[in-house]
Amino acid sequence: MSASNTTTITSIGAPNRRNTELALLVFAVLIPVFAYVNAGLAKHDQVPAGLLGYGVGLGLLAGVAHLLVRKYAPYADPLMLPIATLLNGLGLVLIWRLDQEPVLGKAMAPNQLMWSTLGLALFVMVLIFLKDHRILQRYTYISMMVALVLLVAPIFFPGVNGAKIWITLPGIGSLQPGEFAKIVITVFFAGYLMVKRDALALASRRFMGLYLPRGRDLGPILVIWAISLLILVFETDLGTSLLFFGLFVIMLYVATERTSWIVFGLLLSAGGAVLVSSFEPHVKERVHNWLHPLQLANGGVTETAQTMYAFGSGGIFGSGLGQGYSRLIGGIAPKSDYILATVGEELGLAGLMAVLLLYALLIERGIRTALAARDPFGKLLAIGLSGAFALQVFVVAGGVTGLIPLTGMTMPFLAQGGSSVIANWALVAILLRISDTARRPAPSPAPSPDAEATQVVRSQ
Amino acid sequence: MNKPLRRVAVFCGLLVLALLLRVNYVQFVQADQLSNDPHNRRVAINQYAQPRGDIIVDGKAITGHTTTTGSDFKYKRTYTDGPMWAPVTGHASQAFGTSFLEGVEDKFLTGNDDRLFFNRTIDLLTGKQKQGGNVVTTLNAKAQEAAFRGLGDKKGAVAAIDPRTGAILALASTPSYDPSTFAGNSKNDEKSWVGLQKGSDTDDPMLNRALRQTYPPGSTFKLVTAAAALQSGAITDVDKDTESPDPYPLPGTTVNLVNEGSIPCRNASLRNALKYSCNTVFGKLGADMGLKTMVDESELFGFNEEQFVPVRADASNFDTKMSPDQVAQSSIGQFDTAATPLQMAMVAAAIANNGTLMKPYEVDKLVAPNLSTISQTSPSKLSQPLSPENAQKLQSMMETVVESGTGTNARIRDVVVGGKTGTAQNGVNNKGTPYAWFVSYAKTDQGSPVAVAVVVEDASANRDDVSGGGFAAPIAKRVMEAVLNK
Repeated sequence: MSASNTTTITSIGAPNRRNTELALLVFAVLIPVFAYVNAGLAKHDQVPAGLLGYGVGLGLLAGVAHLLVRKYAPYADPLMLPIATLLNGLGLVLIWRLDQEPVLGKAMAPNQLMWSTLGLALFVMVLIFLKDHRILQRYTYISMMVALVLLVAPIFFPGVNGAKIWITLPGIGSLQPGEFAKIVITVFFAGYLMVKRDALALASRRFMGLYLPRGRDLGPILVIWAISLLILVFETDLGTSLLFFGLFVIMLYVATERTSWIVFGLLLSAGGAVLVSSFEPHVKERVHNWLHPLQLANGGVTETAQTMYAFGSGGIFGSGLGQGYSRLIGGIAPKSDYILATVGEELGLAGLMAVLLLYALLIERGIRTALAARDPFGKLLAIGLSGAFALQVFVVAGGVTGLIPLTGMTMPFLAQGGSSVIANWALVAILLRISDTARRPAPSPAPSPDAEATQVVRSQ
Repeated sequence: MNKPLRRVAVFCGLLVLALLLRVNYVQFVQADQLSNDPHNRRVAINQYAQPRGDIIVDGKAITGHTTTTGSDFKYKRTYTDGPMWAPVTGHASQAFGTSFLEGVEDKFLTGNDDRLFFNRTIDLLTGKQKQGGNVVTTLNAKAQEAAFRGLGDKKGAVAAIDPRTGAILALASTPSYDPSTFAGNSKNDEKSWVGLQKGSDTDDPMLNRALRQTYPPGSTFKLVTAAAALQSGAITDVDKDTESPDPYPLPGTTVNLVNEGSIPCRNASLRNALKYSCNTVFGKLGADMGLKTMVDESELFGFNEEQFVPVRADASNFDTKMSPDQVAQSSIGQFDTAATPLQMAMVAAAIANNGTLMKPYEVDKLVAPNLSTISQTSPSKLSQPLSPENAQKLQSMMETVVESGTGTNARIRDVVVGGKTGTAQNGVNNKGTPYAWFVSYAKTDQGSPVAVAVVVEDASANRDDVSGGGFAAPIAKRVMEAVLNK
């Protein structure tokens, strides 16, 4: 028996699937390019002038990202980068298409392209500089501070359209720190829970059928979570507070493996939702619109009704890109919060389900990464990030389609918004890094000087 | 930690499943209801997303379309000779909806009619734009022009029918409006629309006086009374003297019914009574025949019922509950008796068509964009108010009116014309300007090709037959000449 077969751990890992990723990326670039041509032909009867720039640009970005993944995270999951690229590319086409409606204000696609480029740059930087996700564990408490700062900051800036969730930087524009806080707070939760999970799970008292942990274990995390929720309610950013709450419950449940946390979380959220919706006029109105979507307000058709009309008019196959009237939704957010309505109207039920399934696939790959991760911190971080992503998709899509009351948040990658697209690229980068570590074959054992002398006998 | 992870995965799967179910519900189950909701602006946008089909007269379209910018609606309706044709076409406005033929045949004109389904499917396959169908009318452009120009700046209306088929040849109403002026949805369109409403224009130009306005028919109603007398057998010989006092004391009252001016009405024959338009003779005839006979005969002519041509025409009125003195007054076209110009044209048409009243209609056929005929109106009989013999008797009486009576202004060289004048008093104590009426028909070897009713609202002269004969008869004559190609 030769030396190379003397270990039980094989150094030949799973195939790295980089070529699969490349093939998928080709589709992820081609589909938006065709969509762009389609929208241009429908809107102006000619191939859009920016096609070459867009196609080559998107192709280059995807290509560079792919090459760097090949070099810095060779065993990373092959699906995440293509899905994110496809969603981002489709988002750009949709925004460009809505830019062609003069009533919707100034063009936003060029800026979105710039932000997407920055997002991909951040994606690449994370892959290059974050050699191992476990480094993040060192920054557990710094993350806590950063998350708090990010959450508190918008209070000092003027609110926009009824929600104080922006930081306005002169010359650069406005940022939505909540999107970044989502990642940072996940890092904090993961780091903290990893250390305290045994204490939380075991050193608890049974009270009315629930295991309540000791205050000193649960205290800090509960305080941070409560503060962030309060801030968000104060800033009337309910979507994000819901997201943070769900994130917290999921991570606590995964860390402690105690079902009671789910019950606890559901009770708390139900109570909180009823409480908030009963005194906050902003929320009251949203709940009313949700229950009576087609009711006229002030003699006119509401945005909610317009969104429903857009979905209904799209039907099964949609009107075709560029041929819908989702501009009728008007208001402030047809390119961001309501972009799914354009998908529904122009790509139809078929297109909308395809987009939702892309998100589902991305979430599934994230959870699979969590399952495959070998360290508890990686598991918690991966499930936290995927869970946050899933909740955000659900809250936005559910809100726009009228499944739940509407809360202002952006559809990851698809919707217009610089902070969102950058933060989500970073999120995918961290997930890719964890998946690379998880799928990487263990290094070959160091050659042992007495390898020849010892015979390992396999008992099997 | 893998067990809770798997459960979280299931939970995320459920979230996505909920979303998928929801979008299927909205975009599949509710889709139809949402996309056709009247508040969904796409409904209106689609209506104007392709050119409307045309309304056609004598093989030429009297409607058209232009493209508009700066609004959701791509195509805008235009009208050739809008004011002249407005009582026929009505309007199709991006902002203010549709009316008359544009409204009744809206689905066909926009191409949404189910009867165009096959054409739409073919267009879909060949990639052609959806097209609307065309509505071919029965109208006669020359007759319409004669009617419209004849009315000129006077307030009034003309309805002309082909008695043999019921095909409507002219429907004019003045003052009129140009539906092109508010076909779009700009500020100017809104201004025109508001300016045309009854509140801002007391002339009410958007009122279709030929179909939607009833006037007291005055002496022209004596034709119906004469028909009732002949049909009921009250009179068999139209040249035999009747027993009619002058003045005629209304039964059960102390009021005398008198004649206008000094005309020979005492014991006048039916022919002479019609020739001179004797109130006393016809008043007594009506009262003697009684309410039921008069109601039955007038309803055979179409009174007390809305007509759909297919545009709705108001019901003309002959009261069904009256005392004998009221019957006498109603029998000379006064009291509550009221008729649309279309109704009086139907009366003349029934007499001219030897007693058979054909159902009036103004749509000859509906034509698909590929020119195939989708539906064709075939003439149908509405009723038989007169026997042919009695109809011919009445014709000869009406011809006397034109030859030597009050209607000489309607004489046409080498053509047999029958007519009846009328002036209806109007307003409390007859203070309003009277309405001048003239109903007539022309006859050729092939029967009568045209029957006309003309009403002019602002006839200033007050005397009965001078007014009807002077103001309305020349217009009727021009319409008949147009149809006869004279």
